[in-house]
Amino acid sequence: MGALLFAIVACAALAGGVGVVAARQSVYSALALLLVLGSLAVDYLLLDAQFIAVLQVIIYAGAIVVLFVFIIMLLHVRSGEEPRVRMVLPPLPAALLCGAFGVVMLTAVTRPTLAPASMGVAFGTVQEVGRALFSRYLLPFEAASVVLLIGMIGAVALGRRLSTGGDR
Amino acid sequence: MAVPAPYHLALSALLFTLGMVGVLVRRSALIVFMSIELMLNAVNLSFVTFARVRGSIDGQLLVFFILVVAAAEVVIGLAIIVDIFRSRETVDIDEANLLRG
Amino acid sequence: MIPTLAVLVPLLPLAGWVASGLWGGRLGRQAVAVIACGTVGAAFLAAALLFWQVRGAGDRSPIDLYQWIGAGGVRVAFRLLVDPLSVAMALVVSGVGFLIHVFSVGYMAKDPAIGRYFAYLNLFMAAMLTIVLAGNLVVMFIGWEGVGLCSYLLIAFWFTRPAAARAGVTALLVTRLGDVGFLLGIFLAFGIFGTTDFSVLTAEAGRTLALGGGTATALALLLFAGAVGKSAQLPLHIWLPDAMEGPTPVSALIHAATMVTAGVYMIVRLHAVFLRSPLAMDVIASVGAITAIFAAASALVEPDLKRVLAYSTISQVGYMFLAVGVGAFGAGIFHLTSHAFFKALLFLAAGSVMHALGGETDMRRLGGLARRLPRTAAAFAVGALALAGIPPLSGFFSKDLILSDAFRVHPWLWAVGVAAAGLTAIYIVRAFAMTFLGASVGGGDRMAHDPPPVMDTPMWILVGLTAVGGALGWSFTHPGALERYLLPVTTAGGKAPLPIPGPPAEEWALVGTSLLVAAGGIAVAWLMYVRRTLRVGFGPLAGLLRHQFYIEDAYAAAIVAPARAMARAAAATDTSVIDAAVTGIARGIGRAGQALRGLETGYLRHYAAFVLIGALLILVFWVMR
Repeated sequence: MGALLFAIVACAALAGGVGVVAARQSVYSALALLLVLGSLAVDYLLLDAQFIAVLQVIIYAGAIVVLFVFIIMLLHVRSGEEPRVRMVLPPLPAALLCGAFGVVMLTAVTRPTLAPASMGVAFGTVQEVGRALFSRYLLPFEAASVVLLIGMIGAVALGRRLSTGGDR
Repeated sequence: MAVPAPYHLALSALLFTLGMVGVLVRRSALIVFMSIELMLNAVNLSFVTFARVRGSIDGQLLVFFILVVAAAEVVIGLAIIVDIFRSRETVDIDEANLLRG
Repeated sequence: MIPTLAVLVPLLPLAGWVASGLWGGRLGRQAVAVIACGTVGAAFLAAALLFWQVRGAGDRSPIDLYQWIGAGGVRVAFRLLVDPLSVAMALVVSGVGFLIHVFSVGYMAKDPAIGRYFAYLNLFMAAMLTIVLAGNLVVMFIGWEGVGLCSYLLIAFWFTRPAAARAGVTALLVTRLGDVGFLLGIFLAFGIFGTTDFSVLTAEAGRTLALGGGTATALALLLFAGAVGKSAQLPLHIWLPDAMEGPTPVSALIHAATMVTAGVYMIVRLHAVFLRSPLAMDVIASVGAITAIFAAASALVEPDLKRVLAYSTISQVGYMFLAVGVGAFGAGIFHLTSHAFFKALLFLAAGSVMHALGGETDMRRLGGLARRLPRTAAAFAVGALALAGIPPLSGFFSKDLILSDAFRVHPWLWAVGVAAAGLTAIYIVRAFAMTFLGASVGGGDRMAHDPPPVMDTPMWILVGLTAVGGALGWSFTHPGALERYLLPVTTAGGKAPLPIPGPPAEEWALVGTSLLVAAGGIAVAWLMYVRRTLRVGFGPLAGLLRHQFYIEDAYAAAIVAPARAMARAAAATDTSVIDAAVTGIARGIGRAGQALRGLETGYLRHYAAFVLIGALLILVFWVMR
């Protein structure tokens, strides 16, 4: 049962990944990204990471992809890139490079045998994560809130238009 | 664990590679950005896997923070792209080569 | 008493040098002049006191100031030696030097760098007095180098003139050549005797050096080499005529009275060594004689007044070497003294002429100055007659003493000397006639006048000394006063092969011959240059003479040109090889940097690719492990 679910999830994720990279229109890329994020959220559930799965959906799928779509709409961006005469980076060698990378990665991850540890029922629950978050990871937690604040301020500052018009 | 760890990790590796290809091959800044998000998610997956393998909640906490940072990063990044678009009417990253030495 | 005086003699001018050199600017012209003349005058007084102390014959006092070098078996003390010879020389050097210092006050009155001038002049005096009072070869060498340095500094005094700068360098380099030989001689002496102390050398030479042996000859010739350089004898004479670029009092002091005679003094000092090598003595005498006649001939066609006097100096110093070469040491010192008097006089008179005419020395542009500068003309005439060897002036006595001594040893030397004397008479009368007699050619003598007392008085003091100086060596049949005074020194090194005076008849015959030649020379010159009735073309000889027998050209081709070529090669190597290597490295790094620039494409994707490649490599490395 779990294996089957994983198979579906994996296929969906891979299909979405290809879609992100290959789609001609930006909107389709965004939707493909949504597919990937959703599949991964399910995969998290398979891995006993309930809280993270929910967060994935709320933050990534719910906010970030929306943001992407907004920007796409704002910029009327067509992703139909005009064919260029000069290729800055020829796609085939690049793809090969990445392929090599992927092969190495795969060998790296599949070699060791990793036996799952035994753990309690509460693993991956909100309480568990919260407990760790507010004890061991308190400082990073506070820092994270500062990061978000900075992000907000930065976004507002960058998005501002001067009254004299034109760009800053 | 229904599916052994290596499978999850293999999926993670493949997603990462796909994201890499997207970064190197696509010209639109938005697509590149999305590919980067893809890569981040692949890494998140591997973190969660390892958290499960080792029985330690720390892996999931790291994912939490990655999520936070990714959110902030997307916000800023898109703001910059919008800015560049305003002055150049294009989001082709090949056009942004003023830092050439 | 003696040690203090002996130290004061060179020390006073040295103090003057320090004072003028360091504070000359602040002290002002008057003070500098007073300091300079004062210190030299005081040195002369000290020397006079020494003379009074040492009058007793045979008095010699070595004075050790301190142990200077003590390294293993090599021990050299800073030693002075006071004896009749050194005192006599000190008197001449400081006395004539003092007169020239006073003359300089007037001559250089308008020169802005008068402080530097007197500082150098004082330094020169200190160095020369060190030579004269030295107790061993090493201390003498200190003074030797010192006078060489000051000679350079003073010749090139007006260093902004290229001719002067070149002359200074020439002087230094040519005398350097001689100094190398001198230094080798010092080393050899050290090797043979274990010391360079004069007393030891004088006492031991007879025992240690085999008569006529190779060692003795080598040592003698090496030391003589130094003398050849410093005294401008053939073939190292070329620097002296060029040295006339310096101020005239400098020429008077350094190149007439003192530095060029240092070599003669040195030989007399070390006569014990030289006597052990008859071959070397013959070489010395021959060089002296040949130089004497050669220089006299060159003076015949020289148009520049000071250069005539320069060649005259070369010629007369040749006479001195002729004297010491035949063993007549006393005669050599006598001629040294009388030459100091009349040559300095001639130079100062020439200086008065230049001072009056704004520096003109080309005799073709002078003439008829006797009307405007009567005192100067008279003084020059006295000096000229002394040089020509007319009695009762001192030049007659000293030159004749040499000639008669030469006759007894090598008659052919006597013949050359007499011929040179004839030429001497001709050229000096020529110089006098072209400068003072006849029509005024230049026309620039409107304002010419006799020099002021500060310049005039020293000149006339020298006139007086020239006139009565003969008394120092009056007699031909017996040793004269000076010779008698020096006798204990000059015979200390063993019996000189020196002539007991011959039969009076022969003596008078020789004297008569020289007188005849001198008078004849004056007459010939008179007819040629004053009455202009005699026309003697020098014919083919003229070309040779005018180019000084092409000696300078020979030097230029044989030595200077190869040296320049080598210098050019070295410079080329420096730029093309060494510099190229250094700048090549720099440029290589630059080019590498340029190449690396290519990585900064500005394209994000390239950067991303680089990161990927790096990560891939690391990953591979890890997987492999």
